[in-house]
Amino acid sequence: MRRFSISSLLTEALNGHQGWERQWRNPTPKAAYDAIIIGGGGHGLGAAYYLAKEHGLTNIAVLEKGWIGGGNAGRNTTIIRSNYLYDESAALFEHAVKLWEGLSQELNYNVMFSQRGVLMLAHNVHDVQSFKRHVYSNRLNGIDNEWMTPEEAKDFCPPLNISPDIRYPVMGAALQRRGGTARHDAVVWGYARGADALGVDIIQNCEVIAITRGPDGAVTGVETSRGSIKTKKIGVSVAGHTSMVMGMAGVRMPLESFPLQALVSEPVKPCFPCVLMSNAVHAYISQSDKGELVIGAGTDQYVSYSQQGGLHITTHTLDAICELFPQFTRMKMLRSWGGIVDVTPDRSPIVGKTPVKGLYVNCGWGTGGFKATPGSAHVFAHTIARDEPHPINAPFTLDRFRTGRLIDEAAAAAVAH
Amino acid sequence: MLLVPCPYCGPRPEVEFHCGGEAHIARPADPNALDDAQWAEYLFVRTSNKGVHAERWLHSHGCGRWFNALRNTVSDSFLASYEMGQPRPALPTEGGK
Amino acid sequence: MAQSNRLPSGGRIDRAKPLAFTFNGKSVDGFAGDTVASALLANGIRLVGRSFKYHRPRGILTHGSDEPNALLKVDRGPGRADPNNRATVIEAVGGLKLSSQNHWPSLEHDIGAVNDRLSPVLVAGFYYKTFMWPRSFWDKLYEPKIRAAAGLGVAPDVPDADRYVHRNAHCDVLVVGAGPAGLAAALAASENGRRVILADEQAEMGGSLLAERTATIDGVSAAQWVAHALTTLAGRANVTLLPRTTAFGYYNHNHVVLTERVTDHLERPDPKLPRERLWQVRPAEVVIATGAHERPLSFADNDRPGIMLAESVRTYINRYGVAPGRRIVFATNGASAYAAAADAKAAGLDVTIVDTRPESAIGPEKALAAGIEILAGHTVVGSTGGKGLTGLIVAPFTAGKGVGARRTLPCDCAGISGGWTPSVHLFSQSRGKLIFRADIDAFVPGISVQKERSAGACKGTYGLSAILAEGWAAGSGAAGADGSRLFAAAPATPTGFAPARVLPTDDDPKKVRAFLDFQNDVTAKDIRLAVREGFESVEHVKRYTTNGMASDQGKTSNMAALGLLSEILEKPIPQVGTTTFRPPYTPVTFGAIIGSARGQLFDPIRTAPLHEWAVEHGAKFENVSLWRRAWYFPKAGEDMHAAVARECKAVRESVGIFDASTLGKIEVKGPDAAEFLNRIYPNAWLKLEPGKCRYGLMLKEDGFIFDDGVVARLAPDLFHVTTTTGGAPRVLAHMEDYLQTEWPDLNVFATSTTEEWAVIALQGPKARDVLQPFVTGIDLAGEAFPHMAVRVGEICGVPTRLMRVSFTGEMGFEINVPADHARAVWEALYDYGQRFGITPYGTEAMHVLRAERGFIIVGQETDGTVTPEDLGLGGMVSKVKRDFVGKRSLARPDMALADRKQLVGLASLDGRTVLDEGAQIVADPAQAVPMTMLGHVTSSYLSPSLGHPIALALVAGGRTRMGETLHVTTPAGFTTVKVTAPVFVDPEGKRVNGVQTEGALHA
Repeated sequence: MRRFSISSLLTEALNGHQGWERQWRNPTPKAAYDAIIIGGGGHGLGAAYYLAKEHGLTNIAVLEKGWIGGGNAGRNTTIIRSNYLYDESAALFEHAVKLWEGLSQELNYNVMFSQRGVLMLAHNVHDVQSFKRHVYSNRLNGIDNEWMTPEEAKDFCPPLNISPDIRYPVMGAALQRRGGTARHDAVVWGYARGADALGVDIIQNCEVIAITRGPDGAVTGVETSRGSIKTKKIGVSVAGHTSMVMGMAGVRMPLESFPLQALVSEPVKPCFPCVLMSNAVHAYISQSDKGELVIGAGTDQYVSYSQQGGLHITTHTLDAICELFPQFTRMKMLRSWGGIVDVTPDRSPIVGKTPVKGLYVNCGWGTGGFKATPGSAHVFAHTIARDEPHPINAPFTLDRFRTGRLIDEAAAAAVAH
Repeated sequence: MLLVPCPYCGPRPEVEFHCGGEAHIARPADPNALDDAQWAEYLFVRTSNKGVHAERWLHSHGCGRWFNALRNTVSDSFLASYEMGQPRPALPTEGGK
Repeated sequence: MAQSNRLPSGGRIDRAKPLAFTFNGKSVDGFAGDTVASALLANGIRLVGRSFKYHRPRGILTHGSDEPNALLKVDRGPGRADPNNRATVIEAVGGLKLSSQNHWPSLEHDIGAVNDRLSPVLVAGFYYKTFMWPRSFWDKLYEPKIRAAAGLGVAPDVPDADRYVHRNAHCDVLVVGAGPAGLAAALAASENGRRVILADEQAEMGGSLLAERTATIDGVSAAQWVAHALTTLAGRANVTLLPRTTAFGYYNHNHVVLTERVTDHLERPDPKLPRERLWQVRPAEVVIATGAHERPLSFADNDRPGIMLAESVRTYINRYGVAPGRRIVFATNGASAYAAAADAKAAGLDVTIVDTRPESAIGPEKALAAGIEILAGHTVVGSTGGKGLTGLIVAPFTAGKGVGARRTLPCDCAGISGGWTPSVHLFSQSRGKLIFRADIDAFVPGISVQKERSAGACKGTYGLSAILAEGWAAGSGAAGADGSRLFAAAPATPTGFAPARVLPTDDDPKKVRAFLDFQNDVTAKDIRLAVREGFESVEHVKRYTTNGMASDQGKTSNMAALGLLSEILEKPIPQVGTTTFRPPYTPVTFGAIIGSARGQLFDPIRTAPLHEWAVEHGAKFENVSLWRRAWYFPKAGEDMHAAVARECKAVRESVGIFDASTLGKIEVKGPDAAEFLNRIYPNAWLKLEPGKCRYGLMLKEDGFIFDDGVVARLAPDLFHVTTTTGGAPRVLAHMEDYLQTEWPDLNVFATSTTEEWAVIALQGPKARDVLQPFVTGIDLAGEAFPHMAVRVGEICGVPTRLMRVSFTGEMGFEINVPADHARAVWEALYDYGQRFGITPYGTEAMHVLRAERGFIIVGQETDGTVTPEDLGLGGMVSKVKRDFVGKRSLARPDMALADRKQLVGLASLDGRTVLDEGAQIVADPAQAVPMTMLGHVTSSYLSPSLGHPIALALVAGGRTRMGETLHVTTPAGFTTVKVTAPVFVDPEGKRVNGVQTEGALHA
């Protein structure tokens, strides 16, 4: 792999950039691999990278039915944070943030991880209690998250309207300074390039049609649009399509897949310095390096694989954004799009083994999977390589829905009284 | 925004409705007879079918009635709606597949 | 500024109505009917902006909504300035202040243009390869620099002075686009009384016909035909004409959303008018007649100001009476530019045609170019000029033989035409499947999914007669008539082109910068680099190079990139793919989307009938779910703490009055009502006698608490159920769900009565004394009306459901009265209560009083993961009932673990520290991070009754830790607490019966 650096860039500039190599090969599938990852998103490619790099499994393939990064990896609002309430979640997301902090250098690919801070607004007494609970819990877990008065929040995010007379006045905020955003496509491409260099076959336009199993029930391979491939280990990392793919192995999942929408404004000069979230009014906003305001909307209420939701969902989000930032009503929506998110009953992911031998699943990230990409990929690789979970993903089992040991961040965050 | 076919009121905009998820998952007559895995299956496991999907809708800002509907989750088009308690209707297109 | 390039006659502008606006501070003259772009061109202004990355000088490329270059800030006065407006669609209005963007210090002299020199380095994706060392520099140096350089205009920083509205509409046929196809469709569709809406994004309807000089339809000029069509349509009551209205989104189930610009074209708009109106239309059928976009040609330096699309040159001349240049070279690979050249020639301009096709491939369009020099079989290899075009460099080219000798054609304007791309955006948004037609090198609508049909150029039909006939048929078909009509249009429309990706050149292709995406500065070289690096999917190329992601969303660039990609990969275009189109078609103002949902109308605030009384009495308010509730009632000079202490004291010592109307109320009625509640709640209901109340916790099927409240049985078949303030809708929905779907055999009705009954809580030792004089028909004596009893009678002559309940620990009554009478009853009680020092109290005092008594609040002590047993309320869960909602889940293994978090009280050891709600609890504050947390503080107050802090907390194994010392986080560190029972006042519960328990109070 040719290293990226300022000197290689300058050298190529003189050469008309003729000397750059493919960032990843375009191999034809082999008849068999030691392991297969289904799903060429950030989580899947990352898992392949760590399998090769840390576990020595290089005879592996990532199968992607379309083009890598075409699913939720390329359709999210790129928010990264780890200020989760429960110990299990905090450990998982913090593992990811720590990896994010060195990811550009690790991959020799600038993923533009920008730690500009994630500010979460509290709009009522209940929010204040809930956010302080998060702040204290994070502190004891070694995760930065600080409580701010409305005035401090405005200092940090000058466009913020902290008038007490608005519908949902800002009563304070929690700030995680180490949170921020990253360039989503770069994460996908960086992992792909890194994995490819370690020998991983990244096979695009290869749709898995069936998962084959032996007499003992263990997986034996996959049938794909490009032929059969034998393997004894399959990691499923397909987000919104998890129920479908797991169904191929006869495993029914506690998941529902919903459309999730987002939008960007036209690009403008820097006007928004951080990531801002408001759970009470359902708004997420940041400004990309290109200058677009990136705004996340909510999920539609019904199961759909259409990657298209209703305008009323984005309308509701823009209502909230313009209530918080009335100066933005003259801005214009440039693009909107939808993804398919797979949501678990407790809104926490499932990362681990399944009832089928040799089949592993990484799913259920709902609306928050991007931020976890490196951490999730890392522990998923561990789980596949060792056939046992990493301590960090050990609580995120499929079995917790049987025992009742849920990790319910959503419930903990908001129940009105 | 979907146009949801309420069997009582006719097609109405989606904002009048609440979607209640997968249909035809009856509450077990005797929950105590189920083991934990079976109970978890009832509580949490959902089909999320890609294609024709039976789901529950509540016309909450309308007649207030729950009903079931068949919708294609790829095209989002509704194929049928029917009253609670009725069996899932057979679709001509389903038979051929 | 003089209109040096205004033609002496012609155009659809109104020369009797001159106007002036400013551009970068300089006055620009124009006429009514001009766009800002046409006026700028009339004034000889070619340089209007700088590109995104290289800060290249740029001019006007197009005449419509596909404009990538001419993006301006428009200032219409205070609170009315916004960036990134396309000069080609802004109507010229007197007094506008316009300025160019993305340059410093000025448009003419832009320091940022140094980027153009660095362009060999700043290629597609260069930023992925560098800026990684040292690590910390990304946040501190590189990214801020990149961000400052990026962006185009400047976001507004003051609130918008304008307002926006929404309108919902139904119609039989919505026709999008009022060019020849759309007009014909609307005429046909509306013939038989069908309700038709015709929308067009331009100020004037007529589309391309407005730029026709010679065309005739059925024997009249195109302009006359348009005028007649519009008169006909306007005369039909069943037709709504919406000019200045862009259909930007085609959503599910024929939901089409349009935005109408209502006032931007008015110099002095009526202040009552909204700026924009969002139309949400559900047509039975849609006719898409959105035309086509012309493609630029790709060659070196094809972006100089003065180079524009050939059809745009034609439009500026014919429609606006403007000469975009005096010497115009048309460079084309097809026929349509010949019409433009002919019109330019007719306007008296100096015209040359450069055609990439060999002489033999030029069709009948050649006849249009009589008297014009045609350089057939020529390629364009570059352009000259700095901030304005001075010449086009051309050379003969023969396939297989290469590029011949160069020659520079001096010109101040070039009209380029690379063929046409049907505007299939709405069709694609409707999820229709596109198919590729190699004969016209374009994607056209294939299989429809929703109820729409396309007609005209957006379907790849380019001949005027055919467009009109197709439009008519589409309109008629959409109206259910399936009629047809022939139109005689002359002369024949010149159609056809020979696709060209990047024009052949004799330069080193490594050095040629042929722009595809003008705004984002993406060149053909960038596409080649992306493919070289393995980005072969069209989506990858788009994302890696940013081609097609500018504010024109690829209208001028997507096909160019796709074609080039197909050429590089040597695959036919359909195999390379196309991008899925998503809303919006053109950028849409946030304001239009949100409509009136701003300020007071953003989200409705619910207030209870006594709200005004609280306002009049100086209450401070808090938001609780959608409600606004009185928080506390400060007297002069009191802060919140003092007010709450006074309010609590009044309740404990005498009497307080509280508005509890926001509590949810549901009437559950029917022969099976008791059985229903028995299944819904974990405790027992069958034996509750009429006239009695019972507290109920409601569980979800997962076993966790999701609401609570007191239920009163009024009759064997009638229960009055109360819920939390925020929980009423979800509790009713929960009940209805079970009633309708699981237990339809139960004969029960559940009805929301929250709005029907106001609730006045009278709490305190003197509560009965205050109440007594007003109540008739109910014996209030203790034994006749004990705690947790309910009676129906009258108060102040109006019906009441009177409950003897307490959420404070004191003797209390909750007086349900019809909402309309709430204020009269409240005021009567309040006036009479003065003799007892009656004190209105708010939600904060209510919270303190209930915490002192150890009562939980759902959502504060619970968070969706808490069971009754966790709260010490396991006794409420029936052991004998065979089933109830949530029962089976309570039997799961995790529900029985000893280390579950349980409700306890906490006492600060120092007797002073009021714990933070949300603070975490540990056994050992000295342990290493990450620490083992035992739980958290759910409620914490300085107890006015006790004079010291109290707190409730959920602590792992809490009930086994009584008396233990634990440590609780504070902003600065930790404080030490002792675990106590979660009851602080009157643990024996005597005070509800009026027994004064001084000793217990201060225990």
